[in-house]
Amino acid sequence: MSALDKFRETMRRDQVFDMVNKQDYSEVDTSHGQILYVEDVTVSFDGFKAINELNFYIEVGELRCMIGPNGAGKTTMMDIITGKTKPDKGTVWFGQNINLLKMTEPEIAQAGVGRKFQKPTVFEHHNIFENLEMAMAGNKNVWATFRAKISSEQHDRIMSVMDTIGLTEQSTQRAGALSHGQKQWLEIGMLLMQNPRLLLVDEPVAGMTHQEMDKTGELLTSLAGEHSVVVVEHDMDFVRSIANKVSVLHQGSILAEGTMDEVQNNQKVIEVYLGE
Amino acid sequence: MSHGHLFSFGRGVFFLAPIFSNQDVLVMSFFSMKNRILPFLIISLILLFSSSSFAETTNSESFKQALELLQSKSYNKKGKAIEQLVITKDERVQPILEAMLKARLFYTKEDKITVIGKKHDDGFSLVSVLDQKDLGVLSKSKLKKIKVNNKLRGVLRASIATLSLSSPDADKRLSAVKQMLGKTNDTGIAFLKAHLKSEKDTAVREKIETLISINDLNSSDKAVKLAAIKTLFNDLNPETRNQLETLKDSDDAEIATASQNALKNIQKKLGFYEKVNTVFFGLSLGSVLVLAAIGLAITFGVMGVINMAHGELIMLGAYTTYVIQQIMPNHIGLSLVIAVPAAFIVSGSVGVLIERLVIRHLYGRPLETLLATFGISLILQQAIRSIFSPLNRAVETPSWMSGALEINPALALTYNRLYIIFFCLAVFAFLYLIIKRTSLGLSVQAVSQNRSMARAMGIRASRVDALTFGLGSGIAGIAGVALSQLTNVGPSMGQDYIIDSFMVVVFGGVGNLWGTLISGFTLGIANKFMEPWAGAVLAKILVLVFIILFIQKRPRGLFPKKGRAAES
Amino acid sequence: MMSLLKGDRGGQIFLVLLTVLAVLIPIFNLIIPEGSAFHVSTYTVTLLGKYLAFALLALSVDLVWGYMGILSLGHGAFFALGGYAMGMYLMLQIGDRGVYGNPDLPDFMVFLNWEEIPWFWHGFDNFWFAMIMVALVPGLLAFIFGALAFRSRVTGVYLSIITQALTYALLLAFFRNEMGFGGNNGLTDFKDILGFSLQSDNTRIALFIASAIALALGYLSCRAIVVSRLGRVAVAIRDSEDRVRFIGYRVDRVKLAIFTFSAVLAGVAGALYVPQVGIINPGEFSPLRSIELVVWVAIGGRTTLYGAVLGAFIVNYSKTYLTGVAPETWLFALGALFVFVTLYLPNGIVGLLKRKGGKA
Repeated sequence: MSALDKFRETMRRDQVFDMVNKQDYSEVDTSHGQILYVEDVTVSFDGFKAINELNFYIEVGELRCMIGPNGAGKTTMMDIITGKTKPDKGTVWFGQNINLLKMTEPEIAQAGVGRKFQKPTVFEHHNIFENLEMAMAGNKNVWATFRAKISSEQHDRIMSVMDTIGLTEQSTQRAGALSHGQKQWLEIGMLLMQNPRLLLVDEPVAGMTHQEMDKTGELLTSLAGEHSVVVVEHDMDFVRSIANKVSVLHQGSILAEGTMDEVQNNQKVIEVYLGE
Repeated sequence: MSHGHLFSFGRGVFFLAPIFSNQDVLVMSFFSMKNRILPFLIISLILLFSSSSFAETTNSESFKQALELLQSKSYNKKGKAIEQLVITKDERVQPILEAMLKARLFYTKEDKITVIGKKHDDGFSLVSVLDQKDLGVLSKSKLKKIKVNNKLRGVLRASIATLSLSSPDADKRLSAVKQMLGKTNDTGIAFLKAHLKSEKDTAVREKIETLISINDLNSSDKAVKLAAIKTLFNDLNPETRNQLETLKDSDDAEIATASQNALKNIQKKLGFYEKVNTVFFGLSLGSVLVLAAIGLAITFGVMGVINMAHGELIMLGAYTTYVIQQIMPNHIGLSLVIAVPAAFIVSGSVGVLIERLVIRHLYGRPLETLLATFGISLILQQAIRSIFSPLNRAVETPSWMSGALEINPALALTYNRLYIIFFCLAVFAFLYLIIKRTSLGLSVQAVSQNRSMARAMGIRASRVDALTFGLGSGIAGIAGVALSQLTNVGPSMGQDYIIDSFMVVVFGGVGNLWGTLISGFTLGIANKFMEPWAGAVLAKILVLVFIILFIQKRPRGLFPKKGRAAES
Repeated sequence: MMSLLKGDRGGQIFLVLLTVLAVLIPIFNLIIPEGSAFHVSTYTVTLLGKYLAFALLALSVDLVWGYMGILSLGHGAFFALGGYAMGMYLMLQIGDRGVYGNPDLPDFMVFLNWEEIPWFWHGFDNFWFAMIMVALVPGLLAFIFGALAFRSRVTGVYLSIITQALTYALLLAFFRNEMGFGGNNGLTDFKDILGFSLQSDNTRIALFIASAIALALGYLSCRAIVVSRLGRVAVAIRDSEDRVRFIGYRVDRVKLAIFTFSAVLAGVAGALYVPQVGIINPGEFSPLRSIELVVWVAIGGRTTLYGAVLGAFIVNYSKTYLTGVAPETWLFALGALFVFVTLYLPNGIVGLLKRKGGKA
């Protein structure tokens, strides 16, 4: 990048005051049946193209699995959708009316995109109840947060989610003291509290026992329908158990798409996986 | 036989000197006519007709007369006397003039003998100037000082310089000519003109020609004046400017416009050199910043350790210099050379100690490291205060550090600043080679990029940490040696540099040595350019505010580490 | 108020102690005669009042550092700005009783040959205007600084360093005579406040009680933030800033709100400090001062609020004591404290007490 470009980038007005460019992110409009449009997205780090002309769409209520070898760009793709990384080019729309590329992480979260991280990140100094309470959908402005009181319905909702993730007994325990699998569950619970239209779930069953995995699979399939779910996972058995549609990501773009069987028999996919 | 040939005859004017006095009244009157050619004709003529023995006696007469004239009250007469003395070219003249300049020239009240006095317990021990006879000690009350005023001092210096023109050393001749600039009189100019014929050194020649031209600006001859303005069109001497300033309002339109044009051109050049000078000042300030920050670029940039005691490690380096000078007070220059490795060892060992005892326990907790090292900085400061006293220590500067490299009359680069720039670059190169070329450097890079991987490859990460920290601290010590030559050495000197150092590293981009270098120079130059209109303090404040705002826009500095690893 | 202190044993004890102090000290000072063993000298009252102001300052640091993970090395700047606002009011109360006897201009302006009072001094002769400025000036600076820094996600040590640069820049600025704040010497020689002489015992006691009330209110308001969901979000930001963003909170605004509030508290502390010690000068802006007060909090114990108060009292008492007895040992002691606390007492004295209490 030339010095001039750098200077320009430094001086970009839109990065200084966010109140200058507000956009309306009221209800997401999904009247055409798609909830996520990712089109021609490219992002590179130091000349290395982590995402290369990526295109895919997620339908309303769909459960989609994304698989791919390490470095295929799975996590980067999630970073782009949730606003952590800005792509060099391309567009990402949430429904027909919300341009995700113009929004910050909290705005995207508020608009209805929830994310579970690869490495479980829960708030270790807070107990289970507090973790869920903070994640709960609602007005998250500073003043509203300061004045927030938990209504009885909200309390019920927290308790029911706690029940779903099986942590009711530990409700006043610090999240930091939970096991790895429990943390994964708590994070999924926080995702549920946000009540998002689209869930992005990064490796939900890493470090789980088989039983836990089955339960997670059940939960994710039950969520689909009401929500749209995108799962990134390495564990093929798990993917086979939940997915009806699978996308294979390779070198930053979609290599193949279809049912698990179709994908597994795809010549290109076999080359990529066996070739390495 | 031309007079040019004659002048070159005896290598310099000394041979000719006696002849002037023959007809000194006549010669003087010619000189005062400001005619450039006539006196030389006369001199040549006189030379042809005079014998040297005759000349010598009359010359000593003239010398005596001049001495008597010196005792007069009138400064004008004293001036004439000085001129007369110079013309004699007598060997005794230079000591007389020098004594006069130092207010050591007297005459006895009783006998009116002119003497040079040396301070003595009971007054002055005296030597007669005329016959070099020792006159013993005389009390002050029996002597009368031959007083000088400022104008005479100028004349004296110029006259002494005239006499030094005959030195075989070209540098001495050059500085003699410089001394005469703006202070010389017609005699001096005549000497210069005479000397010019035999001068071989181009630098001296140029200088003399400039001087003569400046003198010509006063000429009554319009053509001469104009020619002088033309030759001085690019001249940067302040004397030229002064003269042209007076000429630009001249009644003669041609002279007025010529000098205005010349002035304009000179001003433009001056503006340029002033900028060059500011850049130079900025570079030297930048070097100080880089020196102070470069150790931090290692400890903070490469290791991610916030070392608030960095300033104190610089201070230890400065005190090491002081101690070594105390040990060898007669070898200031050598002590400085020894101080560089010594300071590296002292500050480096303290750094290793700090790393082993404190920082090692705090990896991954940068804010705690910050607080703990700040505590260490307080302890080090107080320790130095208790050992050496809270007052500043005087660290001497070797003679080769003083003086300046004169590029032209408007641009002189002082040696201490010049050395600091070179020193800074040398330290930078040294560090850069260590990081890029040695196995320690490779280990440092490996550990900073991926600790566990480095360990898996057999690098003893904790040993590398200690050595890296020691290296960064040692460099801080070396910076202290350099700073001891520029600023006060006191217990709290480190505090003055710590914030600046952090700013330099952060501005340049953490973990990037080149970034630190460029950032230091940029900030130094920016600071110096703002100083003239903002003042030193405000300039510093503005730089701080600028960096605070800059970090908002680019939290990773000018040259950030790139890639995905840097994102998280 | 009771709900705020639910489960906060340390806080309850602290507030009771503070109330007792605020009632007993005036009695011991004003009613019990000077010769008695129970008499508390006005010097001690003022000293305690000063500690109370410091405690409030420590509270403001704990709020941002302990609860939100922002290690501000520039909180002394907010304290000093509050102090200067108060000092300007007190300066204008001197009137013609100054050395030069100029009714309109403070002494230092007469000394600098200024013709009239600079525009930014206007209004400071009014107490309430000055009090608004005590909160507004530090608050505004914190707001602008925070709005820039938090939006650009400057965090961790970078933030610490630029807060330090901020206070350093202010230090340099206030040293300048041209700034119009008395330069090197600062503001001093105050005579009275709201018409009451600053030298009288009654005024001293009133200032002491005002400091105690301010500290109590400051404590309760910090507590109100800490126990609210906002407080929980703040702690969540400290532990995992990114994650908070992904559940939909505007991290920068949360930080900005709490940081600004904290700066206002610091400003109020400064305003209480100045009339009691009788001077405010640029030294208060020095980075050393700011970092020192971080250590009060560290020593007392972070993330408890009352720990900060405890730390402020302990460190400042030691300072008063040591600088009186053996001044050269003070920096050794302070330096050793820094190292010791970070290495061996990460939760400060309160953490130590809690651990002991837990075992018993």
